[in-house]
Amino acid sequence: MPTPPAANEILDREFLDLRARLIDVAAALDRIDRAEGAVLNDPRLGQIRQSLQILSTDSADRAERIQMVFSLPYREDWRQA
Amino acid sequence: MYFFDPHIHMAARTTDDFQTLAKMGCVVVGEPAFWMGYDRSGANSFYDYFRQLTEWEPKRAANYGIRHHSWMGINAKEAEDVGFAREVIATLPEFLQRPTVLGVGEIGLHKCTRNEVTTLLELIDLGMKTKEQLLFHTPHLEDKYPGTRMILDILRGDSRVNHGRVCIDHCEEHTIRPVLEEGYWAGITLYPVTKANPQRAVDMVEIYGAERILVNSSADWGPSDPFAVPAFILAMRRRGHPASRIRKLVYDNPLRFFRQSRNFRFAGPEEQPSEA
Repeated sequence: MPTPPAANEILDREFLDLRARLIDVAAALDRIDRAEGAVLNDPRLGQIRQSLQILSTDSADRAERIQMVFSLPYREDWRQA
Repeated sequence: MYFFDPHIHMAARTTDDFQTLAKMGCVVVGEPAFWMGYDRSGANSFYDYFRQLTEWEPKRAANYGIRHHSWMGINAKEAEDVGFAREVIATLPEFLQRPTVLGVGEIGLHKCTRNEVTTLLELIDLGMKTKEQLLFHTPHLEDKYPGTRMILDILRGDSRVNHGRVCIDHCEEHTIRPVLEEGYWAGITLYPVTKANPQRAVDMVEIYGAERILVNSSADWGPSDPFAVPAFILAMRRRGHPASRIRKLVYDNPLRFFRQSRNFRFAGPEEQPSEA
């Protein structure tokens, strides 16, 4: 197994891609805001806002946590449901 | 680098894709029976599809030096009508004996309904009666997490199931850990928008290791990339992973998994003797 790259090396590698994707997200949200109609109470926007909040936290499991934001819950009693 | 695509729907692809895959180093493909994009009108439609997978596709692949193997089953999207599913299940034993069939798959859940579970239990039972390997489809998007947990609950309740002979496919960041922890093979599918991509697949390998992971494209009739496994190979190389580790993921792992099927007989290009 090679020596894993340092954090600054990964940031160097990923920065432009991250920047581009964040701008994409911003542009898509802007498109929604420019359009007629109100979607403030659409639960999907709530999921997006929750995901954005997760993105701004400091933990290495953001991808998994955001997956769970967009997931239906698992019920342990599904056989009885 | 030689590689397998252990989950790809070549029945939906032209021979151009076989040709390009062969040029890229693909030596084996695994093709599970799946949903063709609309619900079939009768069990005979499935019968003809199973014939396509076991008779025609191996010939198409062989023209390009690729071994084609398949899995037999009724997919989760068409499992809701239990009576219809039972008609299809009744045809499976004939096909499970065919020489290129690896086992029962891809079976699983779609919207996680009671009827889907009923059909799934009967498919698992069929597989266990003839000691087949099993390949599971986990649901898309918001249903993936609960559906994966339900599949694991079902399998945990059946002592006949050998976890090492089962692949739970389409794993993502929130489902891969329990799959690996319970001793199954975890399929990571590189499919645009609704599943993982090469970068995230490399992340999961870096977090969980390379054991019991199978990387695949699941390329089909929709917007998908039949060359996703080579894209994964490139992503691994660019991150500095050694060739031995990449080969493990795209060749040794699927070879080890497929070799557990009684019908899988394969001597890879590097196992064949060189010319003197």
